[in-house]
Amino acid sequence: MIMAYIVFAPILGAVLSGLDRRLTARMQGRVGPPILQPLYDALKLIQKENLVVRRSQNFYILFFLIFIIFTGALFFAGKDLLLVIFALTLADIFFVLGGYKASSPYSIIGSQRALIQMMAYEPIVILAAVGMYMVTKSFYIADIISYSKPLCYYLPGLLFAFIYILTMKFSKSPFDLAYSHHAHQELVKGMTTEFSGRTLAAIEVAHWYENILILGFVWLFFANNIFAGMALTLLVYIATIFIDNTFARAKWELTLLSAWGVGLLFGVGNVIFLFFVKR
Amino acid sequence: MRAIVITSAAIILSAGSIALLIINFHREAQYFSLDSPYIDKAILFIDTLLTGYIFYMGWRYKRYIVSGLILLQFLIIIFFEMKYGPDIIVDHALFVDKFSIIMALIIGVVGSLTSVYAIGYMKEFHLQHKAEFKDNRRFFSFLMFIFLSAMLGIVFSNNLLWLYFFWEITTACSFLLIGYKKNKEAMDNAFQALKINLLGGLAFLIGILCLYRFYGVVELDKAVYLGKLGAMVPIAFISLAGFTKSAQMPFSSWLLGAMVAPTPVSALLHSSTMVKAGVYIVLRFASALQGTMLGFVIALTGGTTFLIASLIAISQSDAKKALAYSTISNLGLIVLCAGVGTYEAMWAAMLLIIFHAVTKCLLFLCVGTIEHRIHSRDIEDMSGLIISMPKMSIMIQIGMVGMFLAPFGMLISKWAVLKALVDFNPLLAVFVIFGSSAALFFWVKWLGKIITVVNKEQGLEDGIGRIEATPLYILAFLTVGLCGLFPFVSTALIQPYVVEIYGITLTMSQGNIVIMSIMLAMVMLFPLSFVNYGKRVKVVDAYLGAANIETSTRFRSVAGGVKDMGMKNYYMEKYFGEAKLYRFGILFCFIFIIFMFMVLVR
Repeated sequence: MIMAYIVFAPILGAVLSGLDRRLTARMQGRVGPPILQPLYDALKLIQKENLVVRRSQNFYILFFLIFIIFTGALFFAGKDLLLVIFALTLADIFFVLGGYKASSPYSIIGSQRALIQMMAYEPIVILAAVGMYMVTKSFYIADIISYSKPLCYYLPGLLFAFIYILTMKFSKSPFDLAYSHHAHQELVKGMTTEFSGRTLAAIEVAHWYENILILGFVWLFFANNIFAGMALTLLVYIATIFIDNTFARAKWELTLLSAWGVGLLFGVGNVIFLFFVKR
Repeated sequence: MRAIVITSAAIILSAGSIALLIINFHREAQYFSLDSPYIDKAILFIDTLLTGYIFYMGWRYKRYIVSGLILLQFLIIIFFEMKYGPDIIVDHALFVDKFSIIMALIIGVVGSLTSVYAIGYMKEFHLQHKAEFKDNRRFFSFLMFIFLSAMLGIVFSNNLLWLYFFWEITTACSFLLIGYKKNKEAMDNAFQALKINLLGGLAFLIGILCLYRFYGVVELDKAVYLGKLGAMVPIAFISLAGFTKSAQMPFSSWLLGAMVAPTPVSALLHSSTMVKAGVYIVLRFASALQGTMLGFVIALTGGTTFLIASLIAISQSDAKKALAYSTISNLGLIVLCAGVGTYEAMWAAMLLIIFHAVTKCLLFLCVGTIEHRIHSRDIEDMSGLIISMPKMSIMIQIGMVGMFLAPFGMLISKWAVLKALVDFNPLLAVFVIFGSSAALFFWVKWLGKIITVVNKEQGLEDGIGRIEATPLYILAFLTVGLCGLFPFVSTALIQPYVVEIYGITLTMSQGNIVIMSIMLAMVMLFPLSFVNYGKRVKVVDAYLGAANIETSTRFRSVAGGVKDMGMKNYYMEKYFGEAKLYRFGILFCFIFIIFMFMVLVR
């Protein structure tokens, strides 16, 4: 399973990304690029010259990539969900620090916005793990997926909250504050402004890995039926593409306050409900 | 000469505490009886002197509340001694168990490192402030060691009257150390600390009085035993004393004010002594608090303190103040664990105490040294530290990641807390979840600040003495090393104690330990990537939205002049401003404390 993840996750991630671009194009009345275009882009980037502002900035990105792969491997090996969340945080922090290290005003503001987003979504992610624990009595993913009923049945509030923050993780509108996949943003390219060549390709690849991992997390909500679960997860992914194309970019205040609001209302609400009902 | 004396004392102290560990490694808790009328007389004598001094200080600086509080306490003691003195039977005055040993190790090792650091720091301090403050270093070092001794007294006393005596000594020492500068601000804050801690002392004394009056004992182990049978009143009072000392809301103001003192004092108060005495005493009663309403209210107070202090830390740009809020929040977490009182929570709390002491001490000492070099302790002024003070910046980075990031100590502890809470009552976990997210933001933005590159002079590090630097290296090494040694720390020190109290213990599963170790190894590889420094890359200027002038940090402005690029962090004053949130915290925790006693009355 680990090997499968390491080998196939980037390909699947690239395909999903291509699908995203194609769908987005159709929504905007364009034809859009081939499905494998993200892969071609990355391959081309690898051949380009590697320009840096600060000589050590790329090291942070390298460790971002390494830890994302590590985290995904933990997840698909069925390990402790909390540990997976902490490892993912570690990986993302490397990315943020890379943005800081590059020392460009655009990348630094991007990094800080990424941090605000982390602060906004982290509670919901951990609450989701707590909710899953309360139902299945285990933090191990292997145990969670073998639970007899679909977890979304017990955790509808947390599922909603998780979908709410999903666009932060996918850096899509309305929460693509830190950097966006679209051509231009008020922060140039945000966190990734000063990265180029192989390093930019590494960021792309890391994101493919990360997206598959996040979708894996979504899948946990429906995991008792593997294939129906996958279908639903894909549906959620397509929903985020819709959201991406429907909303304008939010400011950080709205991002933070609304995510915490949703977390408190639906996340904590769900946990309270479970606590009193299921004991 | 003083340096030699202090260093050798520090070495003896650490060696002693380590020897204690080795000797008692396989032993159960041991209790000692020590029956000598002279000791009690000596304690009474010193107590009288202490009372006289504090009373005089209160009078002289017109702090009549302080004078009143100390006089009241003294009268109670005299009354107590006169009325019951001869009848009090103490079976075991002293004891040693694994918890005491852990505390002794922290006091012995971290405390002595702080005192060694203080030699170099204070020298520099008085060089920089020759005109302002009187050089009283001899007294300063004397106080630091008295402080450490009193702390050791606290952790080994089973006789609560003795414990109370040492408790009051730490209060007095902290007063003198905080007021070391003798200017108005220092004296104000020192009296604030004194006032709050004397209030705690009074609560402690009332607790002992209740314990003796109703149950006829003055010993810690018996009090815990009685607590399990339902004797909650003394525990509530003593816990209240613990709250004041560990700066829980609404009593946190003194710890924030204490940062006027020279940095080694802050490091001492925040990591190895003082505040740890507060959580120590509450944790001692944890097993009695388990599942009680009183325990739940204590947990709520701790949880609220954790959450609010973590949120406020976001808005702080003064490094010492930010660290102070971080300390308050982590102490809140420990109190939360104590209130929950299950074996899982106990295990987590012990981890927190150990890791927090080492890491926070490192951070304070780093900030102290940096402050002396850049003449500011504003976080915003620390940008580019990686260029101007590379060694210091690496030390402080180790301390920071040690505070919040996987796979380092504090994160392991928070993880343990989370698991303990989810098993007990997931609603309490909500405090930890939101507070930790805020802490994440706060630490990373500071960390990022340090590694960004700006136009900065280089070589600010020259001339940092070896005696000042060595403790930093040792602490940094410990911060990382303890994570590697985590399984050992857990099995050798914490688990035996938890088993002793609860008969059952918890440990991290083998698989998770392996994963954490792999992560640690991977993170340690990060510095290795610097062998590739500058290879296979082409260095260009940063994009500044205008024409760069020679560097990545200067550009030609629209008006034609040359401007420096400047970057500031987010502080979100509007949402996490101190004034508003702090009031919230005080209000809630005050209500909880009233509630604490209402629970008892019922």
